[in-house]
Amino acid sequence: MRIGNTFFITLVIGALWGAIYTVVFSVLAMLISGETIIPDVGVALFSGVAGAASYILHPAKGRSWYWVSVSAALALVVYVVVTGVMGSSNELTVLTFGTAVVTFLIAAASWHLCLNGMGSESQVRYQLEVIFLRVMKGLGFVFFSIIVALPFYVMLMTSLKSQQSLLANPLDLSIDLTQNPQQLFRSYIELFTKYQFGQFLLNSTIVSVVTVIITLLFSIPGAYAVSRLRFPGKEVMARSILLIYMVPAIVLVIPLYAVFSQLGLRNSLLGLIIVYPATTIPVAVYMFQGYFRGLPYELEEAGLMDGLTRVGVILKITLPLSLPAIASVSLYIFMIAWNEFLFAFMFLDDPSIFTLSRGVQSLNTSEIPRQHLMAGAVIATLPVLVLFLWFEKFLVAGLTAGSVKG
Amino acid sequence: MNSSRQVHLPKAVPPKGRGPLGSGEMRLAYTMILPTLLIVLSIVLLPLLANFWISFKPVELGDLRPPTILSNERLKPSPKAVGEQAEISYRLRNTSQRGVVADSILTDTMPDGLVVNGELDSRCQLDGNQLKCDLGTFVPAKRETLNIAVTATREYLDNPINPRASKPVISGDPDNILTNSVFSLKNYKKVFSGSEFWKVLRVSLYYTIFGTIGALLFGLFAAQLLSTTFPGRGVLRGFFLFPYVAPVIAVAFAWVLILDAGPGGTLNAILMKIGATDGPINFLGRRATPISFFGLTFDFPVALTTVISFEVWRYFPLSFLFILARMQSMSSETYEAAEIDGATPLQQFWYISLPQLAGILAVIFLLRFIWTFNKFDDIFLLTGGAAGTRTLTVDIYEQAFAVSNLGAGAAVAVVVFFVLLTSALLLFKFSPQDDG
Repeated sequence: MRIGNTFFITLVIGALWGAIYTVVFSVLAMLISGETIIPDVGVALFSGVAGAASYILHPAKGRSWYWVSVSAALALVVYVVVTGVMGSSNELTVLTFGTAVVTFLIAAASWHLCLNGMGSESQVRYQLEVIFLRVMKGLGFVFFSIIVALPFYVMLMTSLKSQQSLLANPLDLSIDLTQNPQQLFRSYIELFTKYQFGQFLLNSTIVSVVTVIITLLFSIPGAYAVSRLRFPGKEVMARSILLIYMVPAIVLVIPLYAVFSQLGLRNSLLGLIIVYPATTIPVAVYMFQGYFRGLPYELEEAGLMDGLTRVGVILKITLPLSLPAIASVSLYIFMIAWNEFLFAFMFLDDPSIFTLSRGVQSLNTSEIPRQHLMAGAVIATLPVLVLFLWFEKFLVAGLTAGSVKG
Repeated sequence: MNSSRQVHLPKAVPPKGRGPLGSGEMRLAYTMILPTLLIVLSIVLLPLLANFWISFKPVELGDLRPPTILSNERLKPSPKAVGEQAEISYRLRNTSQRGVVADSILTDTMPDGLVVNGELDSRCQLDGNQLKCDLGTFVPAKRETLNIAVTATREYLDNPINPRASKPVISGDPDNILTNSVFSLKNYKKVFSGSEFWKVLRVSLYYTIFGTIGALLFGLFAAQLLSTTFPGRGVLRGFFLFPYVAPVIAVAFAWVLILDAGPGGTLNAILMKIGATDGPINFLGRRATPISFFGLTFDFPVALTTVISFEVWRYFPLSFLFILARMQSMSSETYEAAEIDGATPLQQFWYISLPQLAGILAVIFLLRFIWTFNKFDDIFLLTGGAAGTRTLTVDIYEQAFAVSNLGAGAAVAVVVFFVLLTSALLLFKFSPQDDG
């Protein structure tokens, strides 16, 4: 057994994963159970070093998942012994022991993934960089998973809590599944019965769907003209579409507020239905023209040769071929309209015509408990996320084509 | 050379002008694009121009309600006997402190049985029992009383009708402060005077630069994670897009809850439980905290950093998506060749991946720069522009709607527009063709 630079790198990796996972899983256990679990970072670091050392000293060829679990078990034993001798911040319970087990199992899996195939001897630069990149990837996965999931997790769990338990311990995001559903979903029930959230949901749906329909009606012919037909001013038009869609809503809000107030369109859904499509049409034209340019023109020429008019070609050939693009654009526009906040906030005063964004914003006062606010946030988020997961392929295509906006 | 075989054809030239097919196509194109053009013109371009107009006008939020004349009508004393004299008085007032109402005309129905005696006010005419008075121009806040002397008859005493029973109608030509010809440079003076504007501009630039670069780097990092295939990759890609897909209102409030400095803040509770800090950190409310770094002390902007981090969190998925799409279109042969030549993984990334990504990175940087500069919702929902996080876009809102000075808000919007125009022109100049 030769001891080289990889051995020392292994010790660092073991320490790193031991320390990171003990913090991550202690906090996670704290959030799930509501108990206080203070991570013993120093001990976990030391145990990680021991476990990783045992892992790397085994010949690289014979390391299987069996040996990975042995290194995890060794780290766990070291952890339990050291905390037992030196005293731990936590009492030994099923929960703290379980947390430690999970911590070192995942840590062992991580150092296995980082060091798989490496011996303890000195390695060349190539191998060292491979190890470095594996560690970075591991850190990246942990980091991104946590920062993406945390707000959504907190949002959902808070919305299911009661006022008293939130005040008693803000970290206790456990849910008591034994209580009856009415008790569990009381914030949601209250939002729908007392705060007209059913109406908001309906308003948001109407505004978003109408926006999508109007946008499609205007943008498809416009995009077709810009991408397929020849006319003077075509280049200027194609360029100015991108330019126009860089104009931010906040710059438009003062004049539109002034004019719509005087026309009586301000406090109405009609006002939003006028403004939303106008802001989304340039994006849609931009996305469609890119798609139309990619369609083979020969198909349309064949249609023209066979006696179809230009409009016939569009309806019978181009549109059926563009169905994926139409789906992408529709979903993307729906998402923009559903999530829109500024105009809804500026235009709508009357609770009976609030959209969800405006409705959730109206819950942000000190009188309304925060689990209601979070329940509102969940209601606003859920439809978009469901739609996104359902049609992910189309929406990702739409995002890639049009996501210069946002 | 045999020149006798040369055939003299007329020189070939492209057809001039537009044939019937061509002009048909042109007409069709214009019909198809006209509706789009009109709606974009009226809701995007006209407001842009209107911004310039409003920025030169001393207009406030209250001025959007047109000035009106209110009247209070009274009969006194109330007649008790036939032939008793009384007076109907209209007390008129222009409700606006700033707007003029021109050509105002009052019309009212006189109660039956009250006969006008003596001289009728010179501005008024009586047609049957219809009173019509031409009151002329009401300057702002002008008050005036119009008196009409009447005598009561038997008919009135039998059936006394309060003159208030018929409401006077006052028509007029109210001055619309948005369309009149009063202009001033007051708004621009207000915006550019004082150090506030430059502070706001500086915050805006910090926010934009660090937010853009941060989102780009995080996106690049996340894209590297998913560049190789492994089970669960598709799920993870969708999951990484959540911050961008979810409504800003929901995620902003969730982060406000997490970062709260009060007793309910999740992050502060965690940090205090595990002993990382002694007291709660006011992530969103603290302007700056002094930090010593190698003996140098400087003020670290806490709230601004939090807001920038949120921007990075919310928009890294966009650069992630772009970069991932570009990476998947790269050919693997280059990497195989490099592998054989002994290039290490980092060398492959630095000398092969990055140069190929340079184009898309530049495009994302410019587009995101513009969009981050334009960002309003995120900062507004997180801090409302407090604690040193007021950017130009938040300033537009603050000036126009919090201070109620629409004109000043429009002036800031004009500044934003020019910054935007410059960036957009730069974008067109430097963007590689067909790479975004």
